[in-house]
Amino acid sequence: MQRDTMNDPTKLTEYVTFSASGQLFGLPIERVQDVFKPTNITRVPLAGSEIAGVLNLRGRIVTAIHLSARLDLESRAPAAAPKGSAPMAIGIESAAESFGLLVDSVGEVLKLTEADREPNPINLDRKLARVSSGVFRLDGQLLVVLDVDRVLDLGGEAVAA
Amino acid sequence: MDELLRDFLNETGESLDLVDAELVRFEQDPNNGQILGNIFRLVHTIKGTCGFLALSRLERLTHAAETLMGKFRDGMPVTAEAVTLILSTLDRVKTILDGIERSEQEPVGDDSDLIERLASMARQEGIPRQEHPARQESPSPQSAAEEAPERAAVESRAAPAIEAGAKPAVEAVDKPAAEASEKLATHSIRVSVDTLDHLMTTVSELVLTRNQLLEIVRRHEDSDFKVPLQRLSNVTAELQEGVMKTRMQPIGNAWQKLPRVVRDLAAELDKDIELEQHGAETELDRQVLELVKDPLTHLVRNCADHGIEGPAERIALGKPKNGTIRLSACHQGGHIIIEIADDGRGLDTARIRAKALESGLASEAEMAAKTDGEICNFIFAPGFSTAAEVTSISGRGVGMDVVRSNIEQIGGTVDLKSVSGTGTTFTIKIPLTLAIVSALIVEAGGERFAIPQLSVLELVRAGASGEHRIERIKDTPVLRLRNTLLPLLHLKEVLKLGTADSEGGFVVVTQVGNLVFGAIVDSVFHTEEIVIKPMSSKLRHIGVFSGTTILGDGSVIMILDPNGVAQALGRAAQAAQTDAPELKQSELDAAEATVSLLVFRAGSQRPKAVPLSLVTRLEEIDCRRIEISDGRHLVQYRDQLMPLLRIDTETGLKREGAQPILVFSDHGRSMGLVVDEIVDIVEDKLDIEVASNRPGVLGYAVVKGVTTEIVDVGHFLPQAFEDWFRNRDGIAARGARSVLLVDDSAFFRDMLAPLIKAAGYQVVAVASAADALAALNSGTRFDLVVTDVEMPEMDGFALAEAMRRAPGTAAIPIIALAAMVSADAIERGRAVGFHDFVAKFDRTGLIAAIKEQSAGVEHAA
Repeated sequence: MQRDTMNDPTKLTEYVTFSASGQLFGLPIERVQDVFKPTNITRVPLAGSEIAGVLNLRGRIVTAIHLSARLDLESRAPAAAPKGSAPMAIGIESAAESFGLLVDSVGEVLKLTEADREPNPINLDRKLARVSSGVFRLDGQLLVVLDVDRVLDLGGEAVAA
Repeated sequence: MDELLRDFLNETGESLDLVDAELVRFEQDPNNGQILGNIFRLVHTIKGTCGFLALSRLERLTHAAETLMGKFRDGMPVTAEAVTLILSTLDRVKTILDGIERSEQEPVGDDSDLIERLASMARQEGIPRQEHPARQESPSPQSAAEEAPERAAVESRAAPAIEAGAKPAVEAVDKPAAEASEKLATHSIRVSVDTLDHLMTTVSELVLTRNQLLEIVRRHEDSDFKVPLQRLSNVTAELQEGVMKTRMQPIGNAWQKLPRVVRDLAAELDKDIELEQHGAETELDRQVLELVKDPLTHLVRNCADHGIEGPAERIALGKPKNGTIRLSACHQGGHIIIEIADDGRGLDTARIRAKALESGLASEAEMAAKTDGEICNFIFAPGFSTAAEVTSISGRGVGMDVVRSNIEQIGGTVDLKSVSGTGTTFTIKIPLTLAIVSALIVEAGGERFAIPQLSVLELVRAGASGEHRIERIKDTPVLRLRNTLLPLLHLKEVLKLGTADSEGGFVVVTQVGNLVFGAIVDSVFHTEEIVIKPMSSKLRHIGVFSGTTILGDGSVIMILDPNGVAQALGRAAQAAQTDAPELKQSELDAAEATVSLLVFRAGSQRPKAVPLSLVTRLEEIDCRRIEISDGRHLVQYRDQLMPLLRIDTETGLKREGAQPILVFSDHGRSMGLVVDEIVDIVEDKLDIEVASNRPGVLGYAVVKGVTTEIVDVGHFLPQAFEDWFRNRDGIAARGARSVLLVDDSAFFRDMLAPLIKAAGYQVVAVASAADALAALNSGTRFDLVVTDVEMPEMDGFALAEAMRRAPGTAAIPIIALAAMVSADAIERGRAVGFHDFVAKFDRTGLIAAIKEQSAGVEHAA
């Protein structure tokens, strides 16, 4: 369904924008449940490095995923905030479970035309390309559109970890 | 309709649907033992129920199907046609059930066609390939059976579906009402179980929120919220209790069927059995109730079948003619304790021991270390049944393992106590409800975790000094707790939250099945009622957690799964949990049998080892207690003076502190071998590759990749007591009995010869069967032959056959030594004339067997 609306070239889609390790990302607003300040994250021993832990958000248990670690961005921006101290989280829901993507900062909501969305550059980092469903050229910076389901698909990696 | 019959129809309808689905899965994945196990159990349950409802047609049919599936379980290849045959059998079962539902009795009919085919397939162990097309072309009985029940199947499936929706609600309200009085019925309404379940979840949330509020208010000394919150708290507690109550039912509901089960069984077995019930009004959550019904029935049947003796036997034993099975239930903390006790003969530990050895559940050496209680627990192992004959009552050993797994699934435990001749008591401990459990909150590596209280046995405070000190064997931490050695693990290390630094902390003594271990944590807080929340799907692969929960202060913590933590104990945990099929494999590998070796250092840096089975005890003795007398080191040990020996002159006695020693005992005498350090206990093959001329050293073997000296204990025994081997000469002279020991391994000859000598026999040891025959024919008289079974060229069986053929040696008893005693080997041994079979490292067993056999000779002479 989400794909269909995206493929309509004249359609305007609202994106929640946020940045992690200096890179700007966008998520279609309908996939974002809430934006919150994560507090009191409980570490989960033996979990993969991208799992920041679990936390209690109004009675729900949210699994917090460190976006930078998930996308291997850390090395590209050494000045970024250290792991675990992410100031903001994007709350998303998938298969009746709650997740939080930990990011450095949350920006404004942008209305963008689908026609302007460009395919991933072919030389895009493979890990990033797997979770990106296109790029917008904004003034001064590029916005990578995230595919939430792929971001949450820790599958094989998590099992291997 | 009879209530029992109605219940049976409902349950069976549901089970059959499950079997259908599972069978299809099984056909696609025939090597999946778990699916097969599920199907087998379902069919077994149906068969069992048919048995006591006197539905003979169904019973015969399911028995035949079960037999065939039993063959699959034993490794017979699964063919598509076999699955089709079982499916058509199930369809027939459905047709019959449909008939029963209409007419309340089994419809008349003949199933011999299916039974015949099931039996023949089970006999053939798989039909030759070329028969495939033939069978597929003429599936007349199959398709006939399939078509006819098509409609029936739809009907019978629809029926339980409707029933299933309506019935639990009826159960929840109607049953107690009906029991009480007609008047009450007007005061009750029917509420669907879903509604109740939803209420339960909502209340659980409310409890959590309440806890959080209380926590917040606690931080503000004088808050206006205090009083109203207190009221809210009370109301919430009441509400929680009320909702819990709606789900509560007396345990008696699960017992309803039992009197009839017992009566029918008593009639069938020709026994007099009374069933006593105590505490039937004890209430528990209906979800839990449903889940314990079957295990309870099974245990009661077991008591009636195996436990209670026949009336004649009871009178002969001076017991009342009527056997009694006593069912009782009571609340204890957040748990319900159910006891099923009989006053029968108790468990036959000798038979269980033999059976467990035979099915490879434990080695002889492991067995020797087990208490009777631990041996009894083998009856819970998969595929274990001591019933010599397979009857429709006792079943095929699918029983007790199912009982245990069902109970463990709901977080419960089952224990048994058996006193020979007096009876057996099963104790089941289960939580009252599944949604809220009591958990112990602990801290390790700076994080808090919840451990379900049910698996926690006790808490021990361990320190560097004091009563409970954590000790190490190599790197493995252990704790002496009363009279056991408790394996320990650092929770911090298991969870990779850091390395264990100090030897202090708390030990949470945890039980998983039969395995008891200690988890070392940094601190222990309190117990708290927690609401279990499922684990995030992204974290489920981490085996050590079973869920998450929100604590009163609002923080999320992980609930530890003791089962998963136990895995970290590695081998030990695996050994306790390995399934029977895998062990069968190890039986096949008997030729590669491993031996437990105690590895230690003494004198030189080269590791030394002795077979663990030779060592009686490991001790640490305070150096101040070591006395020197007549140039020998002695120590008072268990009211005796025990000589201490050094392996060589390089080994020095410590001057202060604790001196580790290995204690060897025999015939009430003990000797201590002084060592510098006990390194490890390892399981490895023992191949002495290089023999040694040095006294006290048998030779060298590679143990876990390191060249290790194998110490000859036999060399040290006479040094400790000069008369160690002579003290029995008197007897030996009188009896003048001599034993011929045949073993191709020098190690075993050297180990066993002194042992047999010590028992008062003359020993001639030879290295091959040919030498043995030569010795036997040399004119020397031998009273007994002890021979290894596996030998190159001529093995033990061949030797026995050769001896039986020669008139001079035909009457000499033979004791066989085997690395692994299997049923096949025993059978074959009996055929060739072995008088006894003893495992190679079972020293006491060997001596007992020698005594028995030579006594027989004396008797005959």
